[in-house]
Amino acid sequence: MGIQERLIEDVGLREGVSRLNEDSIQKTVNAVFQGETGARLKAYAEICLRCGMCTEACHFYLSHDKDPTYAPAAKVKQTIGTLLANGGRVSPDQIYSMAQIAYSECNLCRRCVHYCPVGIDTAYMMITMRRICHKLGVTPQYIQDTAHSHSATFNQMWVKDDEWTDTLQWQEEEARDEFPDLRIPLDKEGADVYYSVIAPEPKFRTQLIYQAAAILHTAKIDWTMPAEPGWDNSDMCMFTGDFEMMGRLKRKHFESAQKLKVKRIVMGECGHAFRSVYDVGNRWAGWKHYPVPVVHSVEFFWELLTQGKIKLVSKYPGPVTLQDPCNIVRGRGLGDKLRDVIRILVDGDIVETTSNREHNLCCSAGGGVINCGPPFKNARVEACKAKADQLRATGVKTIIAPCHNCHGGLDDTVHKYELGMDIKFLGDIIYQCMERPEA
Amino acid sequence: MYDIYNFVTGPLVWVSFAILIFGSIYRLGSMYALAKKKDAVSLAYMDWKFSFRSIFNWLIPFKALGWKKNPVLTVVTYVFHICLLATPILLSAHIIMIEESWGVSWWNLPDATADIMTILVIACCAFFAGRRLLQKDVRFLTTGQDWLILAIAALPFITGFLAYHQLFNYQVMVIAHVLAGNIMIAAIPFTRISHMLFAVFTRAYIGSEFGGIRRAKDW
Repeated sequence: MGIQERLIEDVGLREGVSRLNEDSIQKTVNAVFQGETGARLKAYAEICLRCGMCTEACHFYLSHDKDPTYAPAAKVKQTIGTLLANGGRVSPDQIYSMAQIAYSECNLCRRCVHYCPVGIDTAYMMITMRRICHKLGVTPQYIQDTAHSHSATFNQMWVKDDEWTDTLQWQEEEARDEFPDLRIPLDKEGADVYYSVIAPEPKFRTQLIYQAAAILHTAKIDWTMPAEPGWDNSDMCMFTGDFEMMGRLKRKHFESAQKLKVKRIVMGECGHAFRSVYDVGNRWAGWKHYPVPVVHSVEFFWELLTQGKIKLVSKYPGPVTLQDPCNIVRGRGLGDKLRDVIRILVDGDIVETTSNREHNLCCSAGGGVINCGPPFKNARVEACKAKADQLRATGVKTIIAPCHNCHGGLDDTVHKYELGMDIKFLGDIIYQCMERPEA
Repeated sequence: MYDIYNFVTGPLVWVSFAILIFGSIYRLGSMYALAKKKDAVSLAYMDWKFSFRSIFNWLIPFKALGWKKNPVLTVVTYVFHICLLATPILLSAHIIMIEESWGVSWWNLPDATADIMTILVIACCAFFAGRRLLQKDVRFLTTGQDWLILAIAALPFITGFLAYHQLFNYQVMVIAHVLAGNIMIAAIPFTRISHMLFAVFTRAYIGSEFGGIRRAKDW
C-alpha cells in the first residue's frame, strides 16, 4: 500500500528529478505557490476536513481494493499537502512520487466534487501539482513529447504543415468515390462552420475526418477547415502544466477561426479539447467567454438530426449503453443532448451504467493519463476495473462514447476485462445509418 | 475560585469574542484581497444564482451524491452541526446569564432536550474519533489539526455535561467549561474550524463554476 510500492519507471520523470535538489525544488515550488496560486488553494488546503467523504468517488480507489492512498484527499495530502507542510522543501524522490500521482493517478475528472460538502476541487490541486512538476521539468516522457510537438508545430502529433493538407486532400479524394462532389473546403472565408479536429485524427484516425466530411457534406453545411496551424483543438500542454503554451494554443486556434471570419467552430468528438476551450485555456488567455462560438459534436449532431438536415435510412441496432465523457457531461452539461441523439440513432433502449451523467465514472484515460503512454498503461487499465464492472452489468454489446480519450481508454478496458463490447463514436453511427443523397 | 470564575466569564469572554469577530473579519478580508489579487479568473465566474443553488442543494440531507454514498456520516454530520450550534445558543443557563448582564433573552430549549443534544454532540465526536482511528482512508488523512479541532469541539460539551450533572468538582468543572467554550470561540478563525467562515464561499465558487461554466449540477 502506498505510492512507494507502486512506482513506475518513466524516463521523463527519472531524468527530470535527476537534475533537482532540495534547494531548486523549494525555489520552484514556492514560486508557483506565491506567484500563481491564491485564495483558492489556501482555502482548500485549510478547510479540507479530512473527513474521507470523497474517498468513494474515485475510480482509482474503487478499482484498487479500496487502497486509501488512492482517495482524492489522500492524493492531495501526498502531493500539494506535503509541499505546503514542508514549505516546498522535499527531496527529488518525493517529487517523482508526486508527479506519478498527479499525472497518472488522477484523471482530473472532478467526480469527487460531487462528494465534498465544502466544495473542494481536487482536480485543481492536482493541476497545480502538475504545474509545479512542469516547472521542475519532471513530466512523463510520452505526454511531454506531445507538449513539445504542440510547441513546435501547434499540433499534438508532429503533423507537418504539408502533411496536414495532404491528409485532408487524401480523405477528400477517398470520399469522392462515395460522394462524388464532396469537398473538404480549405480556408473558406465566412463559412458557417469551422470544423476542428485533434491531431491524432490526421495522424492515425483519418476515417474520422472522412466521416465528418461525409456528414457535413450530406447535411449541406457551409463549412471549412483551416490549411494552416491552428486546426488542432487539442491541448496536452493543459495537462502537462505548460500553461504558457496552452494559452498560445488557444489563441492560435481562435485566431485561425477569426482569420477565416467563420460563424462558429464545431469540434469533433473530443472531451479534453472542449475543456481546454470552455474552461481552462480561455481563462489563461484572459477570456471569460471565448471569442468565437464553439459547438461540440454532440450538440452539432443534435442540431443536424432534430432539424432534419441528416435523415436516417436505418437505425443502429440496440440496446446500447453510453459513456458520459467527463469533459462534456460533468464538464459541460451535454448529457441530455447526448441521450437525445442516441435515441434518434438507435433502435432499442439505452441501458445506463449505475453511475451516469454528472456522476459518471471516468474511463481512466482522461486528463492526460492515457497520453502518459505505455509505462503507465497497465496501471491505467487497472484503475478502470470499477468502470468495467458497471459496463459488464449493463449486459449490452455496444458502448457509445463521444470522446477520443474515452474510446482509447475503453478499448483497452474492454480488451483487458474481456467485456466483448463494441465502442462507437456518434459519427460512426450517423455515417453508417444516414441517408446519402447521391446514392 | 470566584476570581477565576469572574475572569473566565467576564473579560475572557470579551477577549474570545473579540478574537472571533476581528479574527474573522481579518481572515475573510485578507482572503478576499488575496482572491482579488490572485484568483481573478475564478472570481470572475462568481454568480449569486448558482452559488445559492449549490448551497441550498447541499443543505438538504441525502440530496448530494456524497451524502447519499455516506449515509451514516451524513446523519451524524447533520446531528452534530445542528446540536453544536443550537445547544449553546438556546441553552437556558446561557440565556439567563445574558439576561442578567444585558436584559435580553430569547426562547430556550427545555433542559432535558439540551441535555440530550449535548450527549449527541459528544457521541458524534466519539464517532468522528472512531472513524479517524479505525477507518483506513480517514486514518490516512488525519493530521494533528483534525484531533485538535475535534477536542476543541468536544470539550465544552463534555465539561458542560459534567457541570450540569454536578459530577466531579462543580466549580472546577464550570470554569473548565467556560474556558473550553472560550477556546472554541477564539479558535474559529485560526484553526480548521475556519470552514465555518470559508466553506460557504468555496461551496459558492464551485457552484458558480459548475453552473456557469460546466452547466452541470454539483451535487
